[in-house]
Amino acid sequence: MHELAITKSMLDLVLEQAEKVEAKEVGKINLVIGEMTGVVDECVQFYFGFLSKGTLAEGAALSFTMVPTMARCRVCDKPFELKEFDWTCPYCQGNNMEIIAGKELFVESIEVE
Amino acid sequence: MEIKVVKDILGANEQIAERNRHLLDSKNVFAVNLMSSPGAGKTSLILETIKRLKQEIKIGVIEGDVSSSLDAEVIGKEGIPVIQINTGGECHLDANMTYRALDNMPLQDIELLLIENVGNLICTAEFALGEHKKILISSTPEGDDKPFKYPLMFHTVDAILINKTDLLPYLRFDTDAYSRAVKGINEKVEIFQISCATGQGIQEWVSWLLTQMNRRYGGR
Repeated sequence: MHELAITKSMLDLVLEQAEKVEAKEVGKINLVIGEMTGVVDECVQFYFGFLSKGTLAEGAALSFTMVPTMARCRVCDKPFELKEFDWTCPYCQGNNMEIIAGKELFVESIEVE
Repeated sequence: MEIKVVKDILGANEQIAERNRHLLDSKNVFAVNLMSSPGAGKTSLILETIKRLKQEIKIGVIEGDVSSSLDAEVIGKEGIPVIQINTGGECHLDANMTYRALDNMPLQDIELLLIENVGNLICTAEFALGEHKKILISSTPEGDDKPFKYPLMFHTVDAILINKTDLLPYLRFDTDAYSRAVKGINEKVEIFQISCATGQGIQEWVSWLLTQMNRRYGGR
């Protein structure tokens, strides 16, 4: 459900950038979304469909790069993917870690005409 | 033509949140964002906190709900300033809604601002309001698996209050395993075990809160 507010913010950001370069239309939007944000690409796609109507970004293709949640063990310093129900280091079984990826939520680039 | 953007989608919200924080700091108001799933005890915690602190410091409350002003009416009976925000369908407060509420708050008469967010463990974690501390109330009947289901929330908060500990004898809730898991992805988080029903742990929470306030604005 937070996808509605997130899609609105994303569209505002894209339109601001497109207007800056006096683009006629936005053909593609490249997004990076971390797993931890819980943002569902299909929902963004759905909301984008009606929010973008009548704007420069109407009909733009959305491309999603999904980033898995990664942690670095504070005991043995090795990076690993955080598993859903097991938050221990697979190398040393330590359970003190720093989250190093998975919180991303940004517009990487846009393709404009 | 491809244009590099590399900008945070919620950057606009972050900017307004930062402005809110400046406004609060200029008036020496310490703000906490209270988050939880529906029914975990946010309003009860606010009432308990008011009960213990209202002789000592001046408190204000912002109540966020999708609809209704039930909570604001309950808190209004305590004789402190309270503003209700109805999000009108949105499942979280954002910085802009908070700004509008701050604009209507007598900030010069407030030292501690308690912001009750909409009951939700997902969206609320994403949207900064301009608060100084993020607090999660996590109640025992919800189960001890919640950190694994909502990692961003548990990773983001400054303190977690495990509420309804008086129900522990009737539940399968492993407090140690839960705390260990949470500390694993959020080393600095403070965890309190409380019960708004019996009053257990509330004093510890309130003392911590006062310490945080004093750290920010010096002794009062």
